[in-house]
Formats: sequence, structure tokens, C-alpha cells
Amino acid sequence: MEAGTAEVVRSKTVSVTVNGTTYEREVDARRLLIHFLRDDLDLTGSHVGCDTGNCGACSVILDGTLIKSCMMLAVQADGATIETVEGLAEGEELTELQKSFSAHHALQCGYCTPGMLMSATALLRSNAHPTEAEIRKAIQGNICRCTGYVNIVEAIKSVGETS
Amino acid sequence: MLLREVEYARPASVRDAVRLLSEHDGARALAGGQTLINVMKSRAASPDVLVDLQDLAELKAIDLAADGTLTVGSMVTYTELVESVEARARPILGDVCATIADVQVRNRGTIGGNVCSNDPTNHLPPLMVALGATMTIVGTDGERDVPAEDFFIGVYMTAAGAGELVTKIVIPAGKGDGFAAVTIGKDGTCIVSAAASLDGGAPRIAIGCVDAVPVRVEVSSTAADAVREAVRAANLDPPGDVHASSGYRRHLAEVLAARAVEQAEQRRN
Repeated sequence: MEAGTAEVVRSKTVSVTVNGTTYEREVDARRLLIHFLRDDLDLTGSHVGCDTGNCGACSVILDGTLIKSCMMLAVQADGATIETVEGLAEGEELTELQKSFSAHHALQCGYCTPGMLMSATALLRSNAHPTEAEIRKAIQGNICRCTGYVNIVEAIKSVGETS
Repeated sequence: MLLREVEYARPASVRDAVRLLSEHDGARALAGGQTLINVMKSRAASPDVLVDLQDLAELKAIDLAADGTLTVGSMVTYTELVESVEARARPILGDVCATIADVQVRNRGTIGGNVCSNDPTNHLPPLMVALGATMTIVGTDGERDVPAEDFFIGVYMTAAGAGELVTKIVIPAGKGDGFAAVTIGKDGTCIVSAAASLDGGAPRIAIGCVDAVPVRVEVSSTAADAVREAVRAANLDPPGDVHASSGYRRHLAEVLAARAVEQAEQRRN
């Protein structure tokens, strides 16, 4: 685009690649990315918890960076590559992290789990053997009201120790 | 949540961003959105046009000059500042940014957004005042530099007016800095914060959360008693709320100013 020519629009066609599939959709500028994922693309794995940017249930990885998709507009994601919880498992084969969550009973109601998994996935990519302190810092933006976090931390730590 | 209807533009140059901001009443710059999107949900802000700054590469640079002066583009995220080799020239910056909110917010939130939103509980306004930073503001009439002390003018208000954009923040060289805060939960919102710098002559102390803008406190000594006396002499009249009474905030301001100065001394030596 030529500098000096950006248009002001109320809606636009965005192209995003989510879990390897490229989608093109017309979207209102006011639409949050989380609603675009859940309602337009029917990818309901990412959850809406607080809708105020605190709980982290909507966490996704966008262009390699962990973000909360309730604090971003869908139009801002035009051209981006997004990973959601649906993209973790290969078919029926869960990731080591997902298996570890199961083995360590790291979820009860499961509402926070998609966000927790994305935060822990992002952590383990940049730091394959995190300490407990690093794990706790990494999931600070993800709130769980069931587990007390102990089993979640254990599950993440276990993957780091066995990888 | 469904936001109020809004228009959107994604300029490719600072000049075009400024044009968009100045041509449209009710236009606001959208940086990381970690504050703005949320206040739009609550309808505390209802911009008519959002000008998305994400494509403006010139706002994402971190430069370290030979004399140690650090220039940080307004669209640099907290995470980028934490990980920047250049930014280690002024270590307090990364250390404070590493305690803002959580990973996700640090990955999107920007240094420019933090200072421009000027929420009195934000970490960076008092830090920028203590460090003697200067903000560069661009408008249709050109560019001007505003010292941090003059930049913060009221709750959610800064010297960057309608149609203007903060492009960079210039921070002089130094390492004798400290920051102390009591927060709501670990790495949470500040109840009171204090920043101190011992570089550049007399100690510079700035206290956050006790007034609409960071409060500068003058002191000639770094002794804890002298710092606390200086804060007392400033006659602060902070707000009281569910987290802390006015009197308790006044007490915290003294304690945290002394801690910030102590930390600054340790880092300097």
C-alpha cells in the first residue's frame, strides 16, 4: 500500500491462518478476535472467561507470540498465523503436555484448560526445562478456580523433566 | 463482548497515521490495545476511529547511542524491552516491565501505550519522570520533545493531544535506578509506586498512584530518614479506596520512596 492512503473502514475482509487452515472472512472492525475464532470460524476450543483481559481462557499463539484474544480486534489479526488449542493434538494423538495434564489431574471443570495449554506450550517452546518459579510466572495470566494450580504446575514441570 | 461500532485504519507511515488521527474527530491510536480494548468494552472510551499502529516499523526500534542514551520506539512491547540487549544499558526498564501484569499482556502492551494511557496506577509514568525521559510527539505541525515531567498532565491525559502521536521515548544514560511498589497481587496493579534515580546530580524521586500525575519529590540526601521526611513534606493527599486508605497510601509513599532510593544506591555501586 502506498504511504498516505490507508482507508478508514467499518468492516474488512481478513485472511488468517488458524492451525494450518487459511480462512478469509468479512469482519466488522469492532469484532474481537476471540469471537471471530469462536463464532465465525466455529473454533470453540478457546474460551471466553472474564472478557476483561484477566483470566487468560482466550489465550492463543499469534505469529509465535502468546496473547489474549479478547484484547485484540479480528481486523488487527489480518495476515496473521494463529494457533489455538484445537491445533495442538495430531488427530487423536495428544501432545506430551496434554497427556501430562490428564496424568496429573491438572484440570477439573476444564474451562481454563485451553488457555493454560497454550501458555504452557509457549513456555516450553522458549524454555524446554522450566523451573517451578518460571512455570508459575508463565501461567500468571491464566486463572484457574478449581485446582489451586498445584497439579497444573506439576503437569508442566513433568514435561520439562522428561523431554 | 460486542463493542460499540467503530471504524478502523491501518496506516503504513507515521505521516499517514497522524493524518488519520487529525482528520477524524474521535480518532484514537491503537497500540497494543491492552488498555484501550478493555475500556472500549466498558464504554469508558468510545473512539469513532481506531488507527492501528502495528505496521509502523519505525516505532518499533530500540537504539543505544555511543553516550548511553537509549531511544525506545513507542510501539516496543514490554517483552521486547525485557529481552532487548540495548535496553540493558538502563536495566531498571526491563526489570520493571517484567513485573507488569502477565506474559500475554507483556507480549502486546507497549511502552507508548503505557505512558499515553497515563492511568495513575501504571508503572511507567513515575519511572519515566524519575529517569528524566523525554517523549517525542508528532503532529501535523511537526515534531516536538516534551520532558516526562511536563508530559503527564492529568488522569488519562498527556501532552499528546488530539491528532498527535508519541513516536519515541528518549532515556538518558544511567544505572543508579530503583523502583518499589505495593501491588494488588503479585505483579498486579500498583497501590502506590515509587521510582528513584541517582544519576544526573540530586536524587530524582517520582511517586505514582498518589495524585493524577506522578509527584516529584526533592531531596538532597539518599538517607532513608531524609527521603521519608521529604515525602512527608510533600503533603500528599492521595485518594482512598477499597485497597488502601488515603493515610495508608501516604505511609506507603514514604516507605516505597526510601526503598526505591536504597535500591538505586545498590545498583549504582
